[in-house]
Amino acid sequence: MTIDPTADQRVADAVDQLLEQYPPSATEPKTFWGAQFDTGLAWVDFPEGNGGLGVSPKYREYVSRRLEEAGAPTWNRSANILGIGMGAGVLAAHGTNDQRARWLRPMFTMDEIWCQLFSEPGAGSDVAGLATRAVRDGDEWVINGQKVWTTLAHLAKWGLLVARSDPDQPKHRGLTYFVVDMESPGVDVRPLYQITGEAEFNEVFFDDARIPDDQRIDDVGAGWRVAMTTLMNERVAIGGNTVPRSSGSIGRAMDVWKDSGSGDPATRRELVRLWAEVEAMRLTTLRATENMKSGTPGPEGSTGKLAWADLNKEVTAFTVSMLGMDGATIPEGYALEATSYETREVERVMSVQRHFLRARANSIEGGTSEIMRNILGERILGLPGEPRVDKDMPWKEVPRG
Amino acid sequence: MADAVTFVRNEEQAMLAGTLRDLLSASIDMDRTRELSLTTDAFDREVWTALSQMGLVGLALPGEFGGADTTFTDLAIVFEELGRFVGAVPLLSTVVASAAILAAGTDDQRATLLPPIADGTTIATLAVFESPHGGVDQPSTTATKVDGGWRIIGRKRFVTDAPNADLFVVSAAADEGVTLFVVDAGREGVDVESVAALDATRPLADVTFDTIVGEDSVLSGITSTAPLDHALDIAVVMLAAEQVGVSQRCLEISVDYAKQRYQFGRAIGSFQAIKHRCADMLIAVEHARSVAWHAAATLNDPAEAAIAVPLAKSVCSDAAIKVAGDTIQVLGGIGFTWEHDAHLYFKRAKSASLLFGTVETHRDRLADAIGV
Repeated sequence: MTIDPTADQRVADAVDQLLEQYPPSATEPKTFWGAQFDTGLAWVDFPEGNGGLGVSPKYREYVSRRLEEAGAPTWNRSANILGIGMGAGVLAAHGTNDQRARWLRPMFTMDEIWCQLFSEPGAGSDVAGLATRAVRDGDEWVINGQKVWTTLAHLAKWGLLVARSDPDQPKHRGLTYFVVDMESPGVDVRPLYQITGEAEFNEVFFDDARIPDDQRIDDVGAGWRVAMTTLMNERVAIGGNTVPRSSGSIGRAMDVWKDSGSGDPATRRELVRLWAEVEAMRLTTLRATENMKSGTPGPEGSTGKLAWADLNKEVTAFTVSMLGMDGATIPEGYALEATSYETREVERVMSVQRHFLRARANSIEGGTSEIMRNILGERILGLPGEPRVDKDMPWKEVPRG
Repeated sequence: MADAVTFVRNEEQAMLAGTLRDLLSASIDMDRTRELSLTTDAFDREVWTALSQMGLVGLALPGEFGGADTTFTDLAIVFEELGRFVGAVPLLSTVVASAAILAAGTDDQRATLLPPIADGTTIATLAVFESPHGGVDQPSTTATKVDGGWRIIGRKRFVTDAPNADLFVVSAAADEGVTLFVVDAGREGVDVESVAALDATRPLADVTFDTIVGEDSVLSGITSTAPLDHALDIAVVMLAAEQVGVSQRCLEISVDYAKQRYQFGRAIGSFQAIKHRCADMLIAVEHARSVAWHAAATLNDPAEAAIAVPLAKSVCSDAAIKVAGDTIQVLGGIGFTWEHDAHLYFKRAKSASLLFGTVETHRDRLADAIGV
């Protein structure tokens, strides 16, 4: 990889300038983020004026590291992940200048929260089969349908929406991508209570909601292509996280073992077997990161999501079993309540029983483990796909259950 | 050792792996390996000569003793490639025995014993295990001081490549503690009794000693088990690397077959039942590779090796057994035949999980190391 000394210097100078003019310890987070955006350090690879400096994306890591070292607030990236982690990339790749100018800055400062409206009750793994309709009416589009599993919809100002604009086309070709105002008439957000009683997600109902055509992203019928960009950014936003040894679920399992005072050798061996699998996965993530940096990515970069989902379910279930009959209780009980930022922050103090229940989603959310195995089998190992009955058929003729 | 530098192979290492694969695919004939599997003293001398000529037998030994002075990471590459071909050569035995001599021997012993091992002339192996589940801390084999040397009495079991060995490194309990001796295989009172090994490409034997050896046979004036422990760690990590090669090759065999084999008018790899099994095999292979490479890179760092070595044993054993077993399943009937290579990999996988300390032994050790 060639190093551009001018870019090195520009990025370093910009960080110095930001930290000098807005010392993190004496600056409100929103003010800091506004200044970070204006200095071009929000997404450093974006064009100048759009929160970037137009340099290589490899500088993102440098900027994050410098800001974290200086104690700057960086939690906007996780709190507004669907905007900053995914929507921004979509706007950069497919949006107009006007759209970027209007949305990127308040997204980065957390003045406007974003959500993503892809999944539907009838379109889960087969998301391209979605049925929410977008019908053009002059300079507007009229939206009718239902979305589901929408994280942060109850707090969001804007939603990334894929809807069907042409039911006569095969399923991948009749989709169009929009940014919808979640506070506009005809948009109804309801919490979706999950296995723990909590509502991390929502259902969103569209009943003649209207979207101005200038909030359409890219061409009519290009929705699938734009959605793919979003999902690619999702992988970047979620993947590549390396965690310390013995942390997370396996760390809790070790704590429960020590607290139990059991000493049962079979239980101890099973705990260690799981510890070893978790550590192998962690080292694989490290290896993937190293190979990515050296420009030689391999299959190890694609196995993490699937491996983690299955292993986390196994570890959390084993942890509850180690509690014996105490595992038949759940200390915090059940209450139907929507997730706030605060409850997300304190996730780590959840009981192991609650972690056990939450883990059931790991192999469903963000691509089921079945879909992930198809991807590994077909894209990494080159095995042939399943025969598809719906590929070239007009969407409206595809059988639906 | 920092995580950050552990995993990326440099150009020379990539070249070593490539050269080896070419050499092995040219010199290993799986039909010959199958024939060797019908014996109890399998030794593919053609391959051994090729490896020796490339200087691979003494790869990790210092240059002054005829070695190439490279790292355990390089050595692990050799084992990974050998695993792909289930090579019937006594490299593991030789490497491990020479590591013990290097760690415990006097300068004279090293200078005398190591060069002929490094050039492939002398086949050496470790004779330290005595029972199926036991460790090496308390041998019942004894060494008693006699006039002019030591009398060694005892029976060692599961001695790898013993039928082909010229030299044994033997552990025995002396008054001063556990001591290592070098004993010539041809010596009077050394009796090698071959057993039929599950993985016949890695011969095993029981070796009975009732022999008197000279003072110069004592490695390093006695007492510390550290050299033996280090040698055994090397054995475990090289077996893990070999299991990575076994697993990777099995995955390739399975995927190739799943693309070519048609049933119900479709390549069987298009069925999710097969495809998903292959995806799970891929994860197992990648995880195994990570821990094996990590362990090889940390062998000289005792604190990290205490975790990394049993970790590699645990993960690579499970991976190789799963992937080799699943390969037989993907292949269907042909995978169960003697004619197909699958059984060679399956046997190697299971055998490697048991030798040099079982998976369970190493899990207990790992539990101690991580404090649970």
